[in-house]
Amino acid sequence: MKSNTIGYSSVPISPSVDAVGVDDRIDRIQKRSIKNESKKEGLPLILSMIDLTTLEGQDTELKVKQLCSKAIRLHDAAPELPTVAAVCVYPALVKVAKTALAGTSINVASVATYFPSGQADIKVKLADVKHAVGEGADEIDMVISRGKFHQGEYNYVFDEIAQVKEACGKARLKVILETGEIGNLDAIRKASDIAIYAGADFIKTSTGKIPKAASLPVTCVMLEAIRDYYFKTGIMVGMKPAGGISKSKLALAYLVLVKETLGVNWLTNEWFRFGASSLANDVLMQYMKLKTGYYQSPDYFSID
Amino acid sequence: MERLKVLKTYKIFIGGKFPRTESGRFYQPLDATKKPLANMCLSSRKDLRNAVVAARGAVEVWSGATAYNRSQILYRLAEMLEGRRSQFEEELIRQGSTKTAAKKEVDTTVDRWVYYAGWCDKYQQLYSSVNPVATSHFNFSILEPTGVVLAVAPEEGSLLGITSLIAPVIASGNACIALASESKPLCAISLAEVIATSDVPGGVINMLTGKYSELEAHFVSHMDVNALWYGGNDKNAPKRIEEGSAANLKRVKTTTPSKDLYAENWQSPYLIKAFTEVKTTWHPIENVGGANASY
Repeated sequence: MKSNTIGYSSVPISPSVDAVGVDDRIDRIQKRSIKNESKKEGLPLILSMIDLTTLEGQDTELKVKQLCSKAIRLHDAAPELPTVAAVCVYPALVKVAKTALAGTSINVASVATYFPSGQADIKVKLADVKHAVGEGADEIDMVISRGKFHQGEYNYVFDEIAQVKEACGKARLKVILETGEIGNLDAIRKASDIAIYAGADFIKTSTGKIPKAASLPVTCVMLEAIRDYYFKTGIMVGMKPAGGISKSKLALAYLVLVKETLGVNWLTNEWFRFGASSLANDVLMQYMKLKTGYYQSPDYFSID
Repeated sequence: MERLKVLKTYKIFIGGKFPRTESGRFYQPLDATKKPLANMCLSSRKDLRNAVVAARGAVEVWSGATAYNRSQILYRLAEMLEGRRSQFEEELIRQGSTKTAAKKEVDTTVDRWVYYAGWCDKYQQLYSSVNPVATSHFNFSILEPTGVVLAVAPEEGSLLGITSLIAPVIASGNACIALASESKPLCAISLAEVIATSDVPGGVINMLTGKYSELEAHFVSHMDVNALWYGGNDKNAPKRIEEGSAANLKRVKTTTPSKDLYAENWQSPYLIKAFTEVKTTWHPIENVGGANASY
């Protein structure tokens, strides 16, 4: 059991991040060539790690149903492929997704806690979470209070995450830091530590609602926070970069980073996820390119 | 001491930029005295891949532009070409043309761009139709551009050859990837330099140089290429192209190697029509023949 009852005082002082070193490391990872054999392994793995996401005000029930059928059958010409890990929707559409995915192993994830801004009273946020869980969500993606974080009220941020975790019950909790609003790598490391010690099952980079979304350097810093916590306690925490990852090549670079920071145990959809909407089709196209030898056209892949 | 000659490296043209080939390879076409003319990129399949991505991205903007606007841009291209004619004439002479022939080729090329500039907003009237139907519908057929078109330039006519393929293809709103003549590639890249400084949006015209024999398999099998126009000399190529293109039912056009690029059939609205698709629309109306017309 995690020590989330103790509060913010249990979070150790975060080490400072060597930003130049991080950039240098990411640079080297991106320059590496990935051979076809590795791609053949990597691409299906990426597909199995995707949280297929639609978080728009204009989402309809039919749109969610359509997304769910895409999640179940990614591409008819390649039945050997795995399904995605989860479908991620707003709380109001959890039930629709749950029904559409019945009988499959695909989870339903729901954003909650006044996503994407998180600017609401804790009571409202907890009600939001309980509603989503009650509707059948298997996973909850919460946002932290960035405003409170900037005001230095780390206690508040910590307690809020701990309370949401409690409200989740059996549902797994992903904590969105919204790193684009948090600031530099040092602040991101601090936010990661707070989230991890407060009981997050996953830490997640972004909502996808602001232009500055997931990046490799940010992910690297968060993975290191997970690693340090694991060394200290032996407890695994998952990682989910989200937003702005739409190309297979970039997704493969993320896998390399995870493997080399946390090791092979994290290379499963239990501990690593991609939050993305357009990534799946690019991965499918690259996979079919490997399979057939022909460059592919988006014309032959379903849109959602 | 004799000055060391600087041999120009002609780069390829993709998405409005001039990258070197991804492969890093090059070849040197020779002049009549067997001296190298220049360093040309030996394009690879990955250059093709990048060009297709650029062309696909340009289709929406270019086909969405008004026909009148496309017409103006093609005319602008002709103007820019005229302004740099001395460079083209000099290149043609280096590649074996006589002075008279070089002048004629540049003249005809400029005229050909102007010719197709004129057709941009007129071919539609020729080939579209209002169709008589027996239901309460206003029924009409119009032409839409096919999409991404690959054009393999004839070996002869370093400038006029490639122009004769590109101009009709882009007049209707297609995006084009052209492979320059292997033995006489200089003018194609100089033309790209003209295109880059005209108002043609990046990606509408892309130029590759290199060996057709190396690239053919990738040209025909690429699923995101909608049509291929082969203007080369290989008599066996059309059959291979037809077979290879079956996977995505590419539209294929082959023009028997025409020694005479000045012939009348090289300048025709039918060449525009060759890379368009017919779209027929059924528009409901209240009653048939309401205006006492038969449609």
